[in-house]
Amino acid sequence: MTWLDDSALERLRHAASSPDLEGTRYRLIDKLGEGGMGGVFRVEDRVLEREVALKVIGVSDPDGVLAIRLLQEARVIAKLEHPGIVPVHDAGTLPDGRPYYTMKLVQGKRLDEHAKDVKGLSDKLRIFLRICDTVGFAHAHHVLHRDLTPANVMVGPFGEVLLMDWGLSKLLYGSAGRKVADRDGSNSGKFAGAPTTAHGSVLGTPGYMAPEQRRGECPVDQRADIFSLGAILEFLLNDASAVPRALDAIRRQAMAEDPSHRYQRVPDLASDVAHFLDGLAVSAYPEGPLARLWRWAGRNRAWIGLLLAYVITRVLLIFFRPH
Amino acid sequence: MNKALLGLILGVILGAFDGLSAWFYPEVRNQLLGIVIGSTVKGLIAGILIGFFARKVNSLPLGVVFGLGIGLLLAFAVAAMQPPGQHHYFEIMLPGGIVGTIIGYATQRFGRTPAPAR
Repeated sequence: MTWLDDSALERLRHAASSPDLEGTRYRLIDKLGEGGMGGVFRVEDRVLEREVALKVIGVSDPDGVLAIRLLQEARVIAKLEHPGIVPVHDAGTLPDGRPYYTMKLVQGKRLDEHAKDVKGLSDKLRIFLRICDTVGFAHAHHVLHRDLTPANVMVGPFGEVLLMDWGLSKLLYGSAGRKVADRDGSNSGKFAGAPTTAHGSVLGTPGYMAPEQRRGECPVDQRADIFSLGAILEFLLNDASAVPRALDAIRRQAMAEDPSHRYQRVPDLASDVAHFLDGLAVSAYPEGPLARLWRWAGRNRAWIGLLLAYVITRVLLIFFRPH
Repeated sequence: MNKALLGLILGVILGAFDGLSAWFYPEVRNQLLGIVIGSTVKGLIAGILIGFFARKVNSLPLGVVFGLGIGLLLAFAVAAMQPPGQHHYFEIMLPGGIVGTIIGYATQRFGRTPAPAR
C-alpha cells in the first residue's frame, strides 16, 4: 500500500470540491471564496466569452436543503434588479446533480477590507447610504437580507457598492400583499419548495444579528436588517477618533434592543445619515438651542468667516485710522 | 431669485452698509449722505456685474476671485477720485474687496441659474 503525501491529498481535496463543469458552457478558472452554503468560482462563459462568478453548493447536501436554498437565493437576486445587487445571469444543475447559478463577476474589495483605505468619515457615510439604498429597495420588494455584515458588501474599483450573499434572504409578503406564513408561523420564504426556517433556528452573523434574530424569535421583520445596518455603521465608525454625538445617536437608535425603538424603515435611517452629512438636524438626536446654533455655524462657516473678516477689517480701520 | 438680482440686492445692501461706516469718521460725517449714495451705487454696479458673471460661470473659486477683483477695481476707482493726498487706497480698497468677495461667494452658492435656451 502506498501512502499519499500532503500535497497529493490537497490536490485531491481541491479536485473533489471543484465543480464538474463538463458539458456546460463554463470553464473553471479558479476559486474565489467559500461560504457556509458552498463555493464561488471564477469561470469563463465560453459562449459569451466573458468571466462570470459561479456559485454552487458544497458536496455534502444529503437532504437537498442547501440546493433549494441556493435556488431561492438566485430567484431573490433575479427578482431584485438594482445597481447595488449583482445580477444573476443563469441558473441550472451541474452534471453531478448540484444546482448552481452564475452572476456578474465583481472585482473589488469586501467592505471590511476596503474600510481601512477610506479615511474620511463622509466617504464612509456615503458608502453606508448606498448600502441603505439597496436594503431599502429590497424591503420595498418585501425581501429581508438577514445577513448584513461588512463581509457581505463589496466595493468595486469605481466606487460601486454591491450587497452580496442573499443566501439567508426571506420574503415578507406574498404577491397579493399578504404576509406569507408557513406551518410554524415563521413566514419564511414563499418560493416553491423552499425550506422553511424552523421556529427557533438561528441564521445570521454574530455581532450583526438583531437580538430577536439571535434569540430565534419568529417572525423577524425589516427592523432586524435595520439593526444590522446599525452594526455596519458602528463598524465604519470604529476607527473614528471621535464620533459626533448626532451620528452616535443614529447608531444607537438603529441598534436599539427593542425593535419598536429602532427606525421603522430603512429610508428613515438613511434620511438621518444624509441629514447629518448635510449638517442638518437628525431625528435621533434632539438638540438644544446652543447645539442648533453650533450646527448652523458649522454649515455656514464661509459666510460667517467673510462677514467677520469685513467687520474686523472695518473695526481695525476705524481704531487705527491716521489722525 | 436669479443670480443677477441676488447680486444687485446684496450689492445695494452691503454698499449702503459700507457707506454708513463713514459715520465713525468725524472728519467726513457731514458728507455721510453723499458717501452712502456713492457707496450704494458702487455696490449696485458690483452686484450686477458679479451676478451676471455667476449666471455665466458656475464655479465657486472663480466667482470669489471675480468678486474680489471687481470689488477692488471699483474701490480703486473711488479712491482715485478723492482729492489729492486723501486717496486712502488701503482703507477704501480693503473693505471694498471683501464686499466683492462676499457677493461673489453668495451669487455662486445661492440664486437660481436660468434654464438653458432651447
